[in-house]
Amino acid sequence: MLRQPLSAKRKHYERLWKAVMRLSVGLTAALVLLLLAYVLAKGAPHITWGLLSTRPSYLTGKIGILPDILNTLYIIIATLLLVLPLGVGAAIYLTEYAASKRVVSVIEYAAETLSGIPSIIYGLVGMLLFSNNMGTCLLAGALTLVIMNLPTIMRATQESLKTVPQSYREGAFSLGAGKWRVVRTVVLPGCVDGIVTGCILSVGRILGESAALLYTAGFAHALYGMLDGLAAPGATLTVALYVYAKEQGEFNVAFAIAAILMVLTVLVNFAAALVQKYFTKRRSA
Amino acid sequence: MTSIITVKDMCLWYGAHQALHHIGIEIPEKSITALIGPSGCGKSTLLKTLNRMNDLIPDVKITGDIRYDGTDIFSREVDVNQLRKEVGMVFQKPNPFPMSIYDNVAYGPRVHGVTGRARLDEIVERALRGAAIWDEVKDRLRKNALGLSGGQQQRLCIARALAVEPRVLLMDEPTSALDPISTSRIEELAMELKEKYTIVMVTHNMQQAVRVSDYTAFFLLGELVECGQTDDIFSQPRDKRTEDYITGRFG
Repeated sequence: MLRQPLSAKRKHYERLWKAVMRLSVGLTAALVLLLLAYVLAKGAPHITWGLLSTRPSYLTGKIGILPDILNTLYIIIATLLLVLPLGVGAAIYLTEYAASKRVVSVIEYAAETLSGIPSIIYGLVGMLLFSNNMGTCLLAGALTLVIMNLPTIMRATQESLKTVPQSYREGAFSLGAGKWRVVRTVVLPGCVDGIVTGCILSVGRILGESAALLYTAGFAHALYGMLDGLAAPGATLTVALYVYAKEQGEFNVAFAIAAILMVLTVLVNFAAALVQKYFTKRRSA
Repeated sequence: MTSIITVKDMCLWYGAHQALHHIGIEIPEKSITALIGPSGCGKSTLLKTLNRMNDLIPDVKITGDIRYDGTDIFSREVDVNQLRKEVGMVFQKPNPFPMSIYDNVAYGPRVHGVTGRARLDEIVERALRGAAIWDEVKDRLRKNALGLSGGQQQRLCIARALAVEPRVLLMDEPTSALDPISTSRIEELAMELKEKYTIVMVTHNMQQAVRVSDYTAFFLLGELVECGQTDDIFSQPRDKRTEDYITGRFG
């Protein structure tokens, strides 16, 4: 039996499917590479030190994206500062404290749904909740992004908390440690990787977000320090890209920003992978 | 002999399932009591009730009376963390924390408020010596405890438990995950420790019960069938079921 060759029909069938799958893989890879190459080729030549280090002026017609870079940075910092305690706190409560499984699963389900909602809806809600009260400003944008990223941080932390072996908790309790002590000294250190990964994913999401910020954070390109910047309207890189391409027809600048964003996204993903690897290694050591 | 723990008419339910039926047992001080019986007979459940580790499991209901040193352990005035400090526990699978050997042993004392460097050093050394592992680890106290062998990890866990100066040590099949050499070291250690501590040990291993324990309690289907001096239980069991079990007819 074993020595009998495959029937001709089966052989052709096998070959056909292999070819189809190869084609899909090839197409997928080609699309990604093409996009990367196209954006980089169009954008990279226009990335100049002048563009990166100045602010735009309508008087002189000069264009610079320094304010947009800083705005992006401010909004990332502000969002993470707010979303981390909230998300990690909620995750700890749900995994370590909550007694009712029903409540936990309802909140988990709500969080999953929340992360699937189109971001423009967050923008609309953020505009009504925040911008209409505090004015269009980076802080309003950051608060909107907090709602958006809360599920990401919470779920990543939760999943990570679940990987901390129950035997660690038992060991700590059996020594007479109180609940919070056990969480702080034994459970949390075991899930730093999840929290860091969640943060990196959130940074990636904030970098790429535009719809939710159009309504809330505004389009301005003024140069501010962090605190003043948060109180003033400002465009992040993605919003600036939209403005330059759609409203000012500055496609070179738009592609330069696109190239920068793409490189940053690749770096963020790379960082996430590195962190994962580091912690897997540390855990097994 | 004085009893340090007294259990009277204790029943325990996991949800609707009754795991323990009207248990009554006294644990004599400074001795080793072995709890034996087939899997699922409730011996581990009883052990985990003695330091209220069952509190961590939802839907557990307990009736009856358990006294440690004369105090009802379920009374409102009892601080469960203080109870667990006095009634320590060693688990079936060694479970050192993923931190240094030193920090593992110092964990308990720190929880209970010991801070001084010199004081901690002293406690850690004494606990590690007490668990017969000091000579093996004294040069690598700062190394991660997870790098130790299984047997060393288990002795580290015993040291960790000793560091909070308990009076009772509950051991839940402490050697079932270990090789024969590590097993005999833990057994020797247990016999040394009973000079100062009261040990309650769950074991699946009949020979182990005979080798190390002074008293033996035999459980079957959630009931305490028989308990008494180990020599008596194994040489002249009063109950037919005990005899069948220790002679290997079931279990």
